[in-house]
Amino acid sequence: MKLFRDLLRDYRFAFAFGVLCILVAFALLSFFSPYDPSRWGQVPRDLRPSAQHWLGTDSNGQDIFWTATFAVRNSLIIAVIAGVVSRIIAVIVGMVAGYKGGTWDRVLMFFSDSLLVIPLFLIIVMMAMLIRASLNLVTLGLLLAFFGWAWDARLIRSQILSLREREFTQTAILSGTGTFKLVMNEYMPYTTPLIFSTLINNMAWAIGLEITLAILGLLDLATPTLGTMLYWAINYQAILLGRWWWVMTPITLSVALFIALYWLSVSISEYLDPRTRVQRVGAG
Amino acid sequence: MFLKRYLIPRLIQYVLVIVLGITAVFFIPRLLPNDPVLRTIAEMRARGAYLEPGAMDKIISDLQQMYGLEGSLWEQYLAFWGRLFRGDLGVSFFQFPTPVIDLIMTALPWTAGLLLTTTILGWVIGNLVGGFAGYYSNKQWSRVLDAIAMVVRPLPYYIFAFALLLIFAYYLRWFPISGGARLGMRPSWSWPFIQSVLWHSFLPAMSILVLSAAVWFQTMKLVVQNVNAESFVTYAKLSGVKEGRIVSRYVIRNALLPQITGLGLSLGLIFSGALITEIVYSYPGLGTLLYNAIINGDYNLIMGITVFSILAITTSVLIVDLIYPLFDPRIRYM
Repeated sequence: MKLFRDLLRDYRFAFAFGVLCILVAFALLSFFSPYDPSRWGQVPRDLRPSAQHWLGTDSNGQDIFWTATFAVRNSLIIAVIAGVVSRIIAVIVGMVAGYKGGTWDRVLMFFSDSLLVIPLFLIIVMMAMLIRASLNLVTLGLLLAFFGWAWDARLIRSQILSLREREFTQTAILSGTGTFKLVMNEYMPYTTPLIFSTLINNMAWAIGLEITLAILGLLDLATPTLGTMLYWAINYQAILLGRWWWVMTPITLSVALFIALYWLSVSISEYLDPRTRVQRVGAG
Repeated sequence: MFLKRYLIPRLIQYVLVIVLGITAVFFIPRLLPNDPVLRTIAEMRARGAYLEPGAMDKIISDLQQMYGLEGSLWEQYLAFWGRLFRGDLGVSFFQFPTPVIDLIMTALPWTAGLLLTTTILGWVIGNLVGGFAGYYSNKQWSRVLDAIAMVVRPLPYYIFAFALLLIFAYYLRWFPISGGARLGMRPSWSWPFIQSVLWHSFLPAMSILVLSAAVWFQTMKLVVQNVNAESFVTYAKLSGVKEGRIVSRYVIRNALLPQITGLGLSLGLIFSGALITEIVYSYPGLGTLLYNAIINGDYNLIMGITVFSILAITTSVLIVDLIYPLFDPRIRYM
């Protein structure tokens, strides 16, 4: 609790936390939606914002406000699945590479470097295209997780490398602690902050990629997400036809979400270690 | 020394990454339980694509070749590489029978022009402004720029692109909403055409330029704030060297090296982001080509664009990495 109060003193953290709470509350509203998100033509098309439809309606005949609540919820679900699963991969790869060293290290780091250099997004597009029929929130989350661990595994590895040189490692090994226990009990507490701050960055990445794939029309377009909302807006030339409210809603929500996640991760990692800011920002 | 310690390992890595990437492109369609050929054809039919009977046979054999369904797996794999070496990426379905490589080459100048200018300009501007902002980090303008960067930085290119589009093209009507040049204009080196291209590409370019400049600005500012504390800066100040000269000659130069490595690492991300930005603006580059390929279920074209992009990105990263020692006076193996 003290940690949380300290963090709240940073205006960026306070702001980001507030925005995230609002967005989560907004997403939870979806459970009270009067409309079924997967059905079209439930309301008149292309209405401007009004008292009855707060954010207007779109060309599919959906109420934009309520569709957006589902969109935020679904995008967050994808992000959490992708973030958590890819953390597990990143931690395992980072720890094995950092602790085992040698050939393990070289092979694993070669794979993660390759993932960084190859225009991954095209590979993901190819995968998504082939498994399109079975892409839902969970499988998409897993697909993104499968590709989203490379940079973070590198960060975790470098931290393990430095921990391995500390004296307590020697003490633990000499007093007969097993590798697994050593890693879990001694190293985990040190790497947890890093894992958490990379989790937030990774969630932002996953949301961005979800939007990308949706704009390309590769997701289940009947499921509202921030990306599919944009897809339909592009598909119906909403800007050209002057239906600004339709484009504005997912854009405003995504901007708020991206800024909130970024500020959260910046303030947390700065609080934990002012120096990490340099490393993390360097990640591009 | 240079050759052995730096160049050869780097070249080996370059080749390995390409092999890995292209092998992935080759195997991805095979990991799936269903027959990719039948699947693609079913998908094309479902989309209502009309094909002449001859075209269909050609496509089936093409697909079989492209997915390498003739002969053993190993033979297929070798044949796949053989075709790549001849620059043969197969034919496009949705613009049958145009070879994929021709479509890519038509779209490439647009993307290359947009990406090269914005990436380089963004890097230069971001680093210069960031350098000065880091040196004068107590000044008001430096804080304002920092705040702007904090807001803009986390946004993906295409989200920012949409925001710019709404403000400058839809609301203020300063710039066109979509396209690469005025409709009906033929590409040429004439002034009206160039003018039209510049005018159309201004917003897409700004979307990429502002965001990438923000990234370099932030890193540079932080690094320079650290360099500021170094003794050579204090020494220069005490010796009465002009401030502008200290920043540009000593501080920024020293902080620039990691930024070159950063540029190499971020090329892939910039590239992916730029493709989607193109779609937002219907800019006639590789991104829009990819979009059309996906809409029309043109798997050959998607594979072609992917293979091409893997080659282009890894090569650009290699070039950045090879240039690096030229800038760092401490690395002189030759």
